[in-house]
Amino acid sequence: MSPRLPPPDADLVERRELLDAIGMGRALRRMAYELVERLGHEGDAIYLVGVRTGGAHLASRLAGMIRESGDTPAPTLGAVDISLYRDDVFHGLPKPEIGPTELPESIDGRVIVLVDDVLFTGRTVRAAMDVLGDYGRPRAVKLAVLVDRGRRELPIQPDFVGTVVQTAATESVRVMLKERGEWDRVVLRERRA
Amino acid sequence: MMVFPHKHLLGIERLAPEDLTTILDLGDRFGEIAARPIKKVPTLRGKTVINLFLEPSTRTRTSFEIAAKRLSADAVNISGASSSTVKGETLLDTAQNIDAMSPDIVVLRHAQAGAAALLATRIRASVVNAGDGAHEHPTQALLDCATIRAHKGKIAGLRVAICGDITHSRVARSDVFALAKLGAHVQLAGPRTLLPAGAAELGATVHDRIEPALEGADVVIMLRIQKERFGAPLFPNTREYSRYFGLNERRLALCQPDAIVMHPGPINRGVEIDPAVADGSRAVILEQVARGVSIRMAILYLLGGGEAGAE
Amino acid sequence: MDLCLRAGRVIDPRSNFDSEADVFLRDGRVAEIGPGLAGAAGPGTRVLDVRGLWVMPGLIDLHTHLREPGQEYKEDIASGTRAAAAGGFTAVCAMPNTVPPNDCRAVTELIVSRARAVGVVRVYPIGAVSKGQKGEELAEIGEMKDAGIVAVSDDGRPVMSSELLRRAMEYARTFGLPLIQHCEDLTLSQGGAMNEGVVSTRAGIRAQPAAAESSMVARDIEICAMTGARYHVAHVSTAESVALIRAAKRRGLPVTCEVTPHHLTLTDDACAGYDTHAKCNPPLRTTADLAALQEGLRDGTIDAIATDHAPHSPVEKDVEFEQAAFGMIGLETAVPLSLEMVRAGVVSPARWVALLTASPAHVLGLPGGSLAVGSVADVTVVDPESSWTIDADALKSRSKNTPFGGRAARGRAMLTIVGGNVVFAEEKRFG
Repeated sequence: MSPRLPPPDADLVERRELLDAIGMGRALRRMAYELVERLGHEGDAIYLVGVRTGGAHLASRLAGMIRESGDTPAPTLGAVDISLYRDDVFHGLPKPEIGPTELPESIDGRVIVLVDDVLFTGRTVRAAMDVLGDYGRPRAVKLAVLVDRGRRELPIQPDFVGTVVQTAATESVRVMLKERGEWDRVVLRERRA
Repeated sequence: MMVFPHKHLLGIERLAPEDLTTILDLGDRFGEIAARPIKKVPTLRGKTVINLFLEPSTRTRTSFEIAAKRLSADAVNISGASSSTVKGETLLDTAQNIDAMSPDIVVLRHAQAGAAALLATRIRASVVNAGDGAHEHPTQALLDCATIRAHKGKIAGLRVAICGDITHSRVARSDVFALAKLGAHVQLAGPRTLLPAGAAELGATVHDRIEPALEGADVVIMLRIQKERFGAPLFPNTREYSRYFGLNERRLALCQPDAIVMHPGPINRGVEIDPAVADGSRAVILEQVARGVSIRMAILYLLGGGEAGAE
Repeated sequence: MDLCLRAGRVIDPRSNFDSEADVFLRDGRVAEIGPGLAGAAGPGTRVLDVRGLWVMPGLIDLHTHLREPGQEYKEDIASGTRAAAAGGFTAVCAMPNTVPPNDCRAVTELIVSRARAVGVVRVYPIGAVSKGQKGEELAEIGEMKDAGIVAVSDDGRPVMSSELLRRAMEYARTFGLPLIQHCEDLTLSQGGAMNEGVVSTRAGIRAQPAAAESSMVARDIEICAMTGARYHVAHVSTAESVALIRAAKRRGLPVTCEVTPHHLTLTDDACAGYDTHAKCNPPLRTTADLAALQEGLRDGTIDAIATDHAPHSPVEKDVEFEQAAFGMIGLETAVPLSLEMVRAGVVSPARWVALLTASPAHVLGLPGGSLAVGSVADVTVVDPESSWTIDADALKSRSKNTPFGGRAARGRAMLTIVGGNVVFAEEKRFG
């Protein structure tokens, strides 16, 4: 049996760079300031939960920036893996490696900030909210994304955004991260005709 | 990406070592779910898993049922007898009737070797072999490997002793296949009357006393000696068996000081294993049961995702 | 109508004849054999061109299960003899494990009369050794002999009791009947479904050791020595059995034996995938046993090739391996499979012919097995080169349980003639 694979990455061609390393850093710092400004004075520490794998790395960077800013308690950092909650499990894809879901403190009654790299259809965020629901009952869930590329299929909107881009359905937005051995940048790619 | 290019899980013999590692790694992930307050993920929601157990078994069936339910699948249990003369319907008729109701996975336990393979060629659902006669019990071998790996950090290079009624044991066969594929050195031991023809060619060294197998062993797997066996002239009685072939403290001392003691269950206290050893610090028998659920979740996930007939 | 078979290679081992010739059949007997006879054929003679084909005495199968009376859903005398004819056999010996078993004159007479009414080839019944084949009391062997049996056997089962075997041999000898034994010590075989060995251990299938057969062969040979009765080992399958039979023959004992085409061509590997069509008794054995059987053919230890044609329906076969019935059909695949022995150089064409004709006739004292002038006109014509694929559904047997489905075969019966009448003609060449 040969599993039906998604179109390989090799089919995608880079069209333009949306953010370079400096742009990314600036966008993340601005998001970190907004987080502190809007959530930093509520009482509990800010609780960032990254969506694996891109979102988890970004959450970790945001946590570092918030800690450096000094005027708020050190943030709590967790990560969720949504592989078991995806609604496309049955579409013949080979299965992604399943990473651990780690929530170091109880999420009951806390304001949780989900962090992801790209917000697209909204399905990943929906799955992430389902994961959280199986771990407890947050007081509220907020969403922070580096790139909002539009084309939503669900009524989900970010509370903290790095940059907004209009994209076509055939295009792909990829956040490349030094934690993954890549140069920090955000690129827009298109399927080769 | 994990790829598991199989529609069924019929045995260990035909799996590649990578397939085994995929399942073991996934089993560890699923083990975390048991530690959560809500022990459920929606992954197989809407999928139907039928446990067709035509040979008595409470623990394996329960394990599969819990595994299916923790993945949000619908689990249905059907018990019965393997002999069609008892229930009046052939295995194929039973299976095809069930298949007509479109289950996604059928988990079969049967008293005869080859039963799962027979089903796999005739129904549309994926088939998981939960034990077919004396042939294989792949999920048991996988949970055994998972337990060993968790305690020893690896499987390659370990000395593993499997002791008892090898002839009639599907666990022994699956364990030998799995452990050999993952690089362990397997010793099979038991009285000659319970050693099958050509056992050495399964991939293990064979002994007719258990002491040489236990010498320096990192892992000991004791097999259940079935009391029914004493009808045939295979062994005089349980007392003689436990005296000469049972795992007691004295024999356990032959193993490595940090050796672990395993058993597929149910154990016959005082026959193949002394109560003191079974309840002792080196026994990991209950942990095997826990890992059984996560391994079975991994199997159901690997077989249950993907469209039916995607092969 | 008289028949002339023109320009075939005529192989008649009993007359030591192997040469191109025409064969003239008149009034149901062999009238003349020689070159150039066809030219003299009159208008009342049908001439069939068999150039390039082998012409031999009609093949005789020492071991067939026709399943009538009682299991006609698997096969009956009509369908079984049709299959025999299509396989080139002009005579089959019908084993008695029918329902009810052939252990008395009434059942023997039933078989004989059914064969006369609907049989396409000759049917020689074999009577049971014991009542009901239960292995306890002697069956009515004398009466069955009068009704037409040619041997006694409890085939399907062995005669386990040494005492009963001794008495059966003595009694059968009185009536001039050989005893055919299915050698299997049931306490050793324990209902094992395949040969005990590496393959059965990997597959987890309950198995029977080779010694279950050879230990009984050894015992039986001693009882044969004691009683002086003619003793024939059915479907020999192990190297040890062959060695014992060889030694017995050297001792001058009246011991004979047969081997099936499937034991000459398959090993227990065929069971590794739980294919119930490969499940038979005695089971398929190892490559070493296969080699010993071939050597036994070569050096004359084995007297005959017999099919052990055992039809079963899907009810018996489409089940779990250990539960499936033992046996495979074999009448229509015997020729291509056994010809592989000729192609492999194990036996010569003449010896191959003898193994299926003169020798079986000799073992049971049957008429036939010869093309000598004056013999009954039972003739088989074989194309040793004909290439075909074995298609189970196309076989004439009512049952289709063969592991050879899909196998490329070389060699096929083209014409089967019983008493001067063509009872089978292969369509493409003679249709």
